[in-house]
Amino acid sequence: MFFRKQKSALPGFRITITFTVIYLLLIVLIPLSATFAKTSTMTWGQFWSTITDARVVAAYKLSFGASAVAAFVNLVFGLLVTWVLVRYKFPGKKFIDAMVDLPFALPTAVAGLALTAIYSKNGWLGQFTEKLGFSVAFNPLGVFVALIFIGLPFVVRTVQPILEDMEPELEEAAASLGASRLQTFFRIVLPELFPALLTGFSLAFARALGEYGSVVFISGNKPMETEIVPLLIITKLEQYDYAGATALAVVMLIASFTILLLINALQRWSQSRTTN
Amino acid sequence: MAGFVSKLGRPSRSPHRSTTEARWLQWIFIGIAMLFLGLFLFVPLASVFAEALRKGLGAYFESFKEPDAISAIKLTLTAAAIAVPLNMVFGVAAAWAIAKFEFRGKNALITLIDLPFAVSPVISGLIYVLMFGAQGWLGPWVQEHDIKIMFAVPGIVLATVFVTFPFVARELIPLMQAQGKDEELAALTLGASGWQTFWRITLPKIKWGLLYGVILCNARAMGEFGAVSVVSGHIRGETNTIPLHVEILYNEYNFVAAFAVASLLTLLALLTLALKSLVEWRAHKDQQEEPVHL
Repeated sequence: MFFRKQKSALPGFRITITFTVIYLLLIVLIPLSATFAKTSTMTWGQFWSTITDARVVAAYKLSFGASAVAAFVNLVFGLLVTWVLVRYKFPGKKFIDAMVDLPFALPTAVAGLALTAIYSKNGWLGQFTEKLGFSVAFNPLGVFVALIFIGLPFVVRTVQPILEDMEPELEEAAASLGASRLQTFFRIVLPELFPALLTGFSLAFARALGEYGSVVFISGNKPMETEIVPLLIITKLEQYDYAGATALAVVMLIASFTILLLINALQRWSQSRTTN
Repeated sequence: MAGFVSKLGRPSRSPHRSTTEARWLQWIFIGIAMLFLGLFLFVPLASVFAEALRKGLGAYFESFKEPDAISAIKLTLTAAAIAVPLNMVFGVAAAWAIAKFEFRGKNALITLIDLPFAVSPVISGLIYVLMFGAQGWLGPWVQEHDIKIMFAVPGIVLATVFVTFPFVARELIPLMQAQGKDEELAALTLGASGWQTFWRITLPKIKWGLLYGVILCNARAMGEFGAVSVVSGHIRGETNTIPLHVEILYNEYNFVAAFAVASLLTLLALLTLALKSLVEWRAHKDQQEEPVHL
């Protein structure tokens, strides 16, 4: 499968590549292929009716919709946070920078629990939203809030290195030629950051799409209203409907693999842009 | 895609620019950014401890004395103790093959290694049910030989290995690619064996990257919820990890205990972030002290 192109004096190629491939097959590829094999036991009609069931379609809408909007919020605020962290000086900056990764390090179940506590009727923020006439916990809005939390670091961490490495000369040139700060930002800085922003957005979106732990606590899991696709997979498993669960899993896998390929293409694009 | 994005090996730049915003505008931007982070990071963080301590320290510590809590902590430590070393060895082996040799299919291999990050945690659990469950591919064989994998500890370990699979590899691959292989070749020419070269030359060069990967891998291994939830079967005192124990307590309306146990995981997360910053700082320092190679 993997042939070496040229002889190298370094030892250990055969043993490391063999181990890598076998471990990858055993842990990842063979188990993943089980999903596609399982769906092949269904007829096309069964598969189609499972993945287009009204309750499932409602879950797609929520999963894809809330993930996209949450990723967009993270795109806007992520850029602002990155800008502030890279360009400005203020006390506690290093601490804030480190804390941005909290959603990566905090187990999702804990995040779900904490957000539910805050946004429940008597919670720190929930009491105010109730007075304003809307509730977050046990509503689609809660799903959205949880997905903002778990996707928060992606845009910051993908844009940060690009913004740090950006040459100041371009902005200086634009300014000296009479461009306003706003014009410089939209014409010079933003196009430069665009590939990284898009990568961060896609990563946050893909992560949100598959998220389960933080959402189940805050969503309340009401059929047709606050159910996300991963939850439906679990529900079907609990009813021993393995084929049905797998059919939904295949839809989600195809969606996330497509996004993964897009992200890879994006990263190659942004790399070729920076090296040119 | 649950990955941390690595900050190792990145030079820092002075923030001073001749083109910048007015100071008052800067403070408005800083204010909005902090409000956003406060709302979505710091308020949830504080609420975990506030809820856990609602009935005082006595009730807080009582939550950890429960036998179910102790067995959940033991199971989580066991799963991490198996998954992390396995993925560490894999990460080093994969990075060695990918970074030090040229072969066809390399880019495909790198993409495949990243796959587990693209898979929903729920699906990461599901695939092992389809393999080893009663109706699974190997289900009948497993039952015949009286091996318990699903709804038992091996299933939890497998799911944990899957979700933490890429952490060390994706940290080491770019690092070792950037380092090249000249120093290793020099050592070999001077008569060192392959192992000696690895231990004396390669390992010291990659130690911070390796440690970084291991820290992140461990955090995920101990905190995983979705994947483990699917394969665990939720048998109290037997197949519950710490995050699953938190869920059970919460569903039983035992909020103080749920948040107390959750605060343990939160402390682990804060420790992870602290260690991560420390490793970044050390790696950065080493990089600056190292003489420039031409």
